[in-house]
Amino acid sequence: MGKALSLVVLLVLALGLASALRGPSIGAEANRGELLDDQKVNFGRRYNSRAVEETGASNVVASVLVTYRGLDTLGEVTVLFVAALGLAVLLHTGRDRKSGKEAEPPSLIVFTGCRFVFPLILLFGAYIFMHGHLTPGGGFQGGAVVASGFLLIYLGCRGRQPHRERLNAVESLSGAAFVVIGLIGLAVGGSFLLNFLPQGSPYALLSAGIIPVVYVFIGFKVGCELGGIVGDLSGARR
Amino acid sequence: MIIFQTFLLAAMLVAAICAAAFRDLMNAVIACALVSLAASIMFYFLQAPDVAMAEATIGAGLTTGIFIFAIRRTVRQEEDGESS
Repeated sequence: MGKALSLVVLLVLALGLASALRGPSIGAEANRGELLDDQKVNFGRRYNSRAVEETGASNVVASVLVTYRGLDTLGEVTVLFVAALGLAVLLHTGRDRKSGKEAEPPSLIVFTGCRFVFPLILLFGAYIFMHGHLTPGGGFQGGAVVASGFLLIYLGCRGRQPHRERLNAVESLSGAAFVVIGLIGLAVGGSFLLNFLPQGSPYALLSAGIIPVVYVFIGFKVGCELGGIVGDLSGARR
Repeated sequence: MIIFQTFLLAAMLVAAICAAAFRDLMNAVIACALVSLAASIMFYFLQAPDVAMAEATIGAGLTTGIFIFAIRRTVRQEEDGESS
């Protein structure tokens, strides 16, 4: 059952890749090599000078990552997802492996300290990915901070593991939400990941249209995914 | 500031050489984390705070943890080699 399912997933991925490679290339003008070197430099300057008024995000890196090069970000998230999937397939080969020697429980000080620090780390990660369009950082960085909180739990609080099914559910739902937001842009304005929400006033928390929304979803997805990778490798049973 | 950056680069070099030279894998992983930490501070000074945050959290934090889990799952043969 599991093998057949993974074969189907692999087949769908291969078909999608083949059809994407046969179809028209994405970002065709920049890829054809027609741009001269100084034009490429001007391309970067154009982002720096006009990104704030075009997207409303004060962090130009975020506006490039989510709007101008949003499809590349989706590809990055997909690469991460495939890596986590492969790791889970490799490490969970069906039999429920009980570790022979049970690791000794952590001391009370370590246990209490980890439980105290863990929500603070989660809060900091959420702060980073919620303010991704205003300050340096974004979905990936905030998600990595969240995952380092999970790493702390796996290291210091053995026996109190995060709920793996919930982690996987949050990860899948936020990944799907990212794609749905992109498809809404396609339906509304005719291009994938179009910034269809109002931009608002720059430097406000609720501004820059879809950038904070997408970054929150990316943060949830990356955090749960990297946390799941850490959990797989730590040998915690599901 | 130049002095501090030179110090950081020298520390990165020393830590990288140590990571390759250490026989104990756990020490080598810690040396790798030091390389990433110095690299993230260098990224901050080079005005790339986004990259600095990613390097600090993923390079110095998560990768170290993943390496430690992986080493814990393997047999540590360095101790036998050193004692004999």
